Amino acid sequence: MHSQKTSAADIAIYLVTGLISLICIAPFFYIVSVSLTDPSVYVPFKLYLIPEKWSFASYSYILSTWNFIRSAENTLFVTVTGTALNIAFTYTMAYAVTKKEMPHRNLFMGIIIFSLLFNAGIIPNYLLVKDLGLMNSLWALILPVLTNSWSLIVAKSFIDALPDELEDSAKIDGCTEIGTFFRIILPLSKASIATLTLFFAVGHWNTYFSALIYLTDSGKSTLQLYVKSILVDASTSGAGTTGSVDMLNLPSETVRMATVVLAMLPIMAVYPFVQRYFIKGVMLGSIKG
Amino acid sequence: MSQTGSVNGAKPGFKRQWEKRKGMYVKYRYVYLLVMPGLLYFLLFKIAPMWGLLIAFKDFSPFRGIWGSPWVGFHYFEQFFTSAYFYIMLRNTLVISLMNLVFYFPAPILLALLINEIRSNTFKRLNQTIIYMPHFLSWVVITGITFFMLSSDVGLVNKFIVHAGGEPAAFLSNPKLFWWVLLAQNTWKEVGWGTILFLAAITQIDPSQYEAATMDGATRMQKLLYITIPSILPTIIVLFILRLGQVMDVGFEQVLLMSNPFVRDVAEVFDTYSYNQGINQGNFSVAVTVGIFKSFAGLVMVVLSNRFVKKMGHTGIY
Repeated sequence: MHSQKTSAADIAIYLVTGLISLICIAPFFYIVSVSLTDPSVYVPFKLYLIPEKWSFASYSYILSTWNFIRSAENTLFVTVTGTALNIAFTYTMAYAVTKKEMPHRNLFMGIIIFSLLFNAGIIPNYLLVKDLGLMNSLWALILPVLTNSWSLIVAKSFIDALPDELEDSAKIDGCTEIGTFFRIILPLSKASIATLTLFFAVGHWNTYFSALIYLTDSGKSTLQLYVKSILVDASTSGAGTTGSVDMLNLPSETVRMATVVLAMLPIMAVYPFVQRYFIKGVMLGSIKG
Repeated sequence: MSQTGSVNGAKPGFKRQWEKRKGMYVKYRYVYLLVMPGLLYFLLFKIAPMWGLLIAFKDFSPFRGIWGSPWVGFHYFEQFFTSAYFYIMLRNTLVISLMNLVFYFPAPILLALLINEIRSNTFKRLNQTIIYMPHFLSWVVITGITFFMLSSDVGLVNKFIVHAGGEPAAFLSNPKLFWWVLLAQNTWKEVGWGTILFLAAITQIDPSQYEAATMDGATRMQKLLYITIPSILPTIIVLFILRLGQVMDVGFEQVLLMSNPFVRDVAEVFDTYSYNQGINQGNFSVAVTVGIFKSFAGLVMVVLSNRFVKKMGHTGIY
């Protein structure tokens, strides 16, 4: 499109966008840097940008605490199980509503759109989870969010865009709808599955409020609850763990920053690889939804 | 399938239709099997809780259940609207929302226009990868990051201020700064992600328009003003209307996590009030009343802004 040489305007654009990127990434840099500083040389009020003395002490400390391990396990369980069920529930229903001639298809679509616009809100959902006996169970973080309207619309738009001839020829070859779904539709939906998997997984990993209201027993704590407790309670008592001697000579600040880094690490590690898929998915969802 | 040969009497049309229907049910039997899990989910977790909205009109007690609790009509609504809290919450919610609308809403649009002008594809992609990243972090992590940036003792910003010989500022506990901290947080987290839609809208523009403009000797700025911006205006309007519909939804987790005793007066919004009343204190009826008020206000805002936009001569959302 543009074929001129780099002008003053271009330089200004590079500078401004570069500065915005820098503002986005600088806090990470700082937190990672402090978390890697040797706790024995760290002085809270001093300004550090690069560690004076590198050390993994804060990380090895956190990774040795039972509270962290348990909440990481709980979060991992919710994320893996939840995301797998999300994909299963979303794609089966999305495929079904692409069948335009199927009786009651409009009813199914109507329910999806209705739920997109109206939500009963915090309290009715809370009472439902309570009545179902899910309080204090990790399933309370999974079952109420098995799928959602937005993802269904993204998945449906994607399946709609696949050529109809593929389904027809599968049918002629004697494939049932279920066979077509597993052998034709799912393999061809890889790009949208990758996108939605990322979004669902990030959602589960980041869940804070549901965990706060549904999980009251500390043994069921998830990572976000754990990070919250570390950030709030840590100012005087370190990580608040039971009778840890190491804690005495570990300034809590490096430990807290390391906790925050660990809580975001999996997402940061995966997301750049899925990035090329999700832009298309976001467009589909927003334009049709 | 059905031959519809033997039609016995009364309603042949109905009979034939039913036979056809039955044929469709048989034809799509496996698809019904596939739709079942999703359908059951929606009925149980999305439609059934709608019953719970009745709680707002009842003196709800968990022991009697929704149906067994006595009706109280609009009692809780009256109580809610006449309480002194209502105006504080309304002010806080509206101010936070309007600040987001004025300062945060245009930011991704401007940024998308800037990114679109980047010539180097590598730089563009690197830029996008970095600015999308904060969107994927939880509010707990963002709160942590904010703390390490702004707290008066360990915050990086205050370390700089002290380093330069100044007095540290209490960003997190000063009620005058609280709303600005929320705005900054929200902008930092979402501005990059917000550009995706506008960049997508920009790629939909027909390149021949730019070529024709170049032929006519249009400058870069003129192309921006007369082609790019008008082309993405419909997207901007739709997003603006949707945004107005959420005027009562200020980031709930964000406010909940950021509030502290020092800023309580400026941090109480409808969502936090509903959460405190309902889940912490067991006043379920009050909490549901707040929720209904919020949805209703949101709906009214969407309808009004849509009408306004149409009057201005643009296409609305419906």
